[in-house]
Amino acid sequence: MSTIDPDQINVILATDCGSTTTKAILIQNVDGVFRQTHRGEAPTTVEAPFADVTIGVSNAVTEVQELAGKKLVDENGRLIHPAAGDTGCDIYISTSSAGGGLQMMVAGVVKEMTAASAKRAALGAGAIVMDTIASNDKRKPHEQIQRIRELRPDMILLSGGVDGGTTTHVVQLAELIAPAKPQPRFGQKYRMPLIYAGNKEAASLVKDVFDDSIELTVVDNLRPVLEQENLGPARDAIHDLFLEHVMAHAPGYDKLMGWTHAPIMPTPGAVGNILQRIASDQGINVVGVDIGGATTDVFSVFDEKFNRTVSANLGMSYSISNVCAEAGMDHVLRWVHFDMDERELRNRVKNKMIRPTTIPQTREALVFEQAVAREALRLAYVQHKEFATTLKGVQQQRTVGDTFSQEVGGQTIVDNMKLDLLVASGGVLSHAPRMNQTAMMLIDAFEPEGFTTLAKDSIFMMPHLGVLAEVHPQAAVEVFERDCLVNLGTCVAPNGHTKPGKPCFDYAISGETINESGTMIYGELKMFPLGEGETATVTVDPARGFDCGAGPKKRIERVVRGGTVGLILDARGRPLALPDDRSACKGLVSRWTTAMDMYPEEGEAPSSSESKPTPTAAAAT
Amino acid sequence: MAQAYTPGLKVTNRITHRVRRVLPIPGEVIVKEGDDVDARDIVAETFMPGDVFPLNMANLLSMPAGDVPDCMLKKEGDTVKAGEILARTKGIFGMFRTEYKSKVEGTIESISGVTGQVIVRGAAQPVRVQAYMTGRVVEVLASEGCVIEAEVTYVQGIFGIGGEAYGPIKLACSSHEQELTSDIITPDMKGAIIVGGARVTDEAIRKAVEVGAAAIVAGGIDDQDLKDFLGYDLGVAITGSERVGLTLVITEGFGEIAMAERTFKLLASRQGDEASINGATQIRAGVMRPEIVIPLSNEQLADMPDDEHVAGTLDIGRPVRVIRDPYFGILGTVHRLPSKQHVLGSGSKARVLEVKFDSGETVVVPRANVELIEG
Repeated sequence: MSTIDPDQINVILATDCGSTTTKAILIQNVDGVFRQTHRGEAPTTVEAPFADVTIGVSNAVTEVQELAGKKLVDENGRLIHPAAGDTGCDIYISTSSAGGGLQMMVAGVVKEMTAASAKRAALGAGAIVMDTIASNDKRKPHEQIQRIRELRPDMILLSGGVDGGTTTHVVQLAELIAPAKPQPRFGQKYRMPLIYAGNKEAASLVKDVFDDSIELTVVDNLRPVLEQENLGPARDAIHDLFLEHVMAHAPGYDKLMGWTHAPIMPTPGAVGNILQRIASDQGINVVGVDIGGATTDVFSVFDEKFNRTVSANLGMSYSISNVCAEAGMDHVLRWVHFDMDERELRNRVKNKMIRPTTIPQTREALVFEQAVAREALRLAYVQHKEFATTLKGVQQQRTVGDTFSQEVGGQTIVDNMKLDLLVASGGVLSHAPRMNQTAMMLIDAFEPEGFTTLAKDSIFMMPHLGVLAEVHPQAAVEVFERDCLVNLGTCVAPNGHTKPGKPCFDYAISGETINESGTMIYGELKMFPLGEGETATVTVDPARGFDCGAGPKKRIERVVRGGTVGLILDARGRPLALPDDRSACKGLVSRWTTAMDMYPEEGEAPSSSESKPTPTAAAAT
Repeated sequence: MAQAYTPGLKVTNRITHRVRRVLPIPGEVIVKEGDDVDARDIVAETFMPGDVFPLNMANLLSMPAGDVPDCMLKKEGDTVKAGEILARTKGIFGMFRTEYKSKVEGTIESISGVTGQVIVRGAAQPVRVQAYMTGRVVEVLASEGCVIEAEVTYVQGIFGIGGEAYGPIKLACSSHEQELTSDIITPDMKGAIIVGGARVTDEAIRKAVEVGAAAIVAGGIDDQDLKDFLGYDLGVAITGSERVGLTLVITEGFGEIAMAERTFKLLASRQGDEASINGATQIRAGVMRPEIVIPLSNEQLADMPDDEHVAGTLDIGRPVRVIRDPYFGILGTVHRLPSKQHVLGSGSKARVLEVKFDSGETVVVPRANVELIEG
C-alpha cells in the first residue's frame, strides 16, 4: 500500500463487501468540495460458484462506471488506478463483513473488569463476540473448556490482571484455552490467532502454556491499571490479524488487499470510526444504530467515550422470531393500533424467518413489522446501556458532597438527555415508505429526551466513510455532512410524568417559515413542518415534574434543525409508559399514529420527498 | 442488481446428487474411490481428544502452587485411573499428609507450577461419519472424508428439525391437502419416513415418536405446535442438533398449508423405497435447507428420463409460489412482469409481478414475495 498525498486525491472509490451485497460508491472533488456522486451494487461473490470477492467488487464498480460515465474497471476486471483524465480513481478503499464478519471469543479474569474491557476492545474493532470467558462467570472450568471447544472463532483475545498484579489467574485462563484446542472456522490447517493483552509480567508464562497450534501475539495490557483502559493496541492487533488471517482465508481477499490503498476494515469497525470522528469534530454525543436481518449494532459516543454492542439475535428477518420471543408478542402488539390474530401472527413471523427476503405487501404487515422493529431496537438499546458503563472496580474518592450519592463504578454512560444526534441505518429504518415512520420507530425505541436531532444514513455509506477517514479525514467529514445523512428533524421530549389531561410543557417556535406557540398536554404528540436546511428557535417551559434539559421546571431555548419530517413535540413523558389494557393501548397508539400521519390509507403514494425503496434493499441484512 | 425473488426449493424426480462427508478433525478414510456404499456404512473415522478435567491441585490440597509439581505422584503423559492417588503433600516431618485421589480416568496433560493446576484428559472419543446416501465414492479427500454420488429423487424442504435419519417412505395421507393427524399414525410406521399432506399436528408428531418413526415430512406446521413439541420457542432457524426422537421436514411453511401437489405425488411414487433425510436447516449466509434423498436403483433409472432443468429466471408462464401474506402459499404462474415500480398497499414502492392463480384470479405481488417452483 503506497502512501498518497491527500492533496492529490480527487476521485475516491469505496466498497463495502457485505454478506449478500457489495456496495460501491464514487466520491469526487466537485468545485473544491468532496461529494458522493454515484453508487452501484452487485451480489457478493464470496461463496461458490464464484468464490472470489473481487468479482462482486468489479460488478458493483462497473455499475458505478456506467452511471458516472467514467471508466473505472479495465478489460480484465481490475480497478484502474491512478486516475488520468476521465479514467480510474486516485484511491480505492474497502470494508468487509462477508462470510459472517469477524467472530471472536474473549477471555478475562474478572467478568466485570478485564473481561468487560476485552469485550469492549473486540466489539470496538468490529467483531462479533461469540462468548466471554471469565474466572467468575459462574461456569465450572470443565464447562468453560467444553464451551471453548464448541466455538469456532476466528481469533481469541485474552486479558487479565493489571500490570504488576497477580499472574496466577490469567495463566489459569490460558491453561483452560490451551487444552481446549479451539477449532477455527477456516479449515484444519489454520493456526488460531490469540492476542494476549493482559498483565505484562504474565506474558512469558502465558507464552509457555500454548503450543504451535496457536499463533500468539502479545500487545500492551488493555487494563494496565484499574482506573484506565488502553484498548488501542488490542484493537490494532485485531485489525492486523483480521487482515493477515481471517481475510487471507476468505476467497479472493488476497487479491482485494492488493487493490486497496488502506487496510480493509471490518464494516462495523469503520462505522464506529466515522461516528467517533463526527462526535469529536462537532463536540456532540451521538448514538448510531444499524438494524439488519440477523443482528442489531448500536454505537454510542458520550463525552468522547466510544462503545459498540452487537445484539446477535435481534434482527428483522433471520432473527425476527427471536425478537418476538424475547420481547413477548404482547409487547410487540403494543405498537399495533388494530386487532391481529396472535396465532396467525406467530406463523407469519416464522414464515418471515424461513424466507427472510420477503417484504410487507399490505399496510397491516408493515405496521406489524415496524412494531417488531421497535422492540428489536429497544432491546438492543437496553443491552447497549448495560454494556456502556464507567469502569468497574475503580476506587472512588468520596467527599462530603457524595454522602447521599450512591453512585458506584459501572454506571451507564448513556444519557438520553445529553444525546444530540441519533442516526438510523438498516433496511427497516432506511427504507420505510414514509420517513415519519422511521422517526417514530427511533423515538419509540430509544426514547430520546430533551432536544435530539434525528437522521438516517441515506444509503448506508458510513462504513465507506469510516475507512476514508483513515486516509482522507476532510473528504470523509465533507461527504458525511453533505451526502451521507438525511436529516429527519428534531424531537423535543421532556422527561417525567403527570396525570392524563394535565399540561406537560408550553412551547414557542419561531423561524423563517414557522411561528407557533401553545401548550402540550401530557400524552400528546405534535408534528410541525420544518424543512431540510431550515432552523427554528424553540422555547420550552416544562410543567411541574418535567425536565427538558435545563433542570426540573426550568425554561430552555434551543435552535433546532428541520428535516424531511420536521419538528416533533413529544409530551408522552419519559420513560414511555403504555397502558397494559389492550383496548386503551390501541386507542392511544392510534391517536399517535394519526398525529404523526404515519400510515395513510392503503394505496396512497408516498410524497416525492420520501425514500424510494427497492425490494432487495428493504430486505437487506 | 441483486435478484429480487427467492430461488425455489428443488423438487426433482431424478438428479445426480453429490454429498460431501467429512470429519471435523483429520482422521482415517475407510473407503476408496469407486466403492459402492450403503447409506449407513461408515466411510471415515477418527478420535476426538477426550474431555478435559482441570484440577486445581493447589486448592484441593491447600498448598502453594509452586509446590504442586513436587507433590505429584504422576508425571505429564502418565495415565491415571479413577480412585488412584494423584498427588500427596509432604506433610509436617512426613506426618499429616493429605492426598488427592483422581475422580476421573485419563492422561495427565499438564502440571503447572505457576497456577497449581493439573489438567487430566479423558479417553479419546471415536467420531464416525456415515455415508448418509447410498451411492458410489467418487472422490476421497485425504484424511478428511469423501464425496459420494448417486442418481436420486431429491426433495428440499423449507424448514426442518433433527439430524440425519434413514428409513422407507411410507404414505400416511391420501392427498396433499389432508392433515397429518395422530389417528392415521400406525405402529407399522416404525422406522419409516412418514409422508403427510397438509399441516402436521403436535399430537401426530408425538404419536410418530411413540411408534418409533424415523421422520415426518409434511406441508406445514403451526408454530404453536412446534413450540409445544420442542418445549421452547425457536428463535433463529439454525437447526439439526435437536434430539427429539425423530426428524421433521416441512416443505411449504408455517400455518395451515397443503403440500405442493407435485412434491406429494413425487414422494408417493417412491412409496416403500429406502431414503435418507436430514432436518438440518440454516438460514444465514451459506443457506442450508432440509432434504429427502431417495436413491434410484438401476432398474428404476432405466425407465426414467432425466428431469428437464430450467434456469432459475422469472419468466412469463413459469410456475411460482407466493411466500408472504396476504396470498401466502398460493401457487400460480407468472402472468405479467411490469418493469416499473409499483406502490404497494404498505406504501412502499417495489418491483412486482402479476401472478395468475389456478382459480383464474390475477393478483399483483412484489417480486421478492414469490419463489420459483424448481424441478
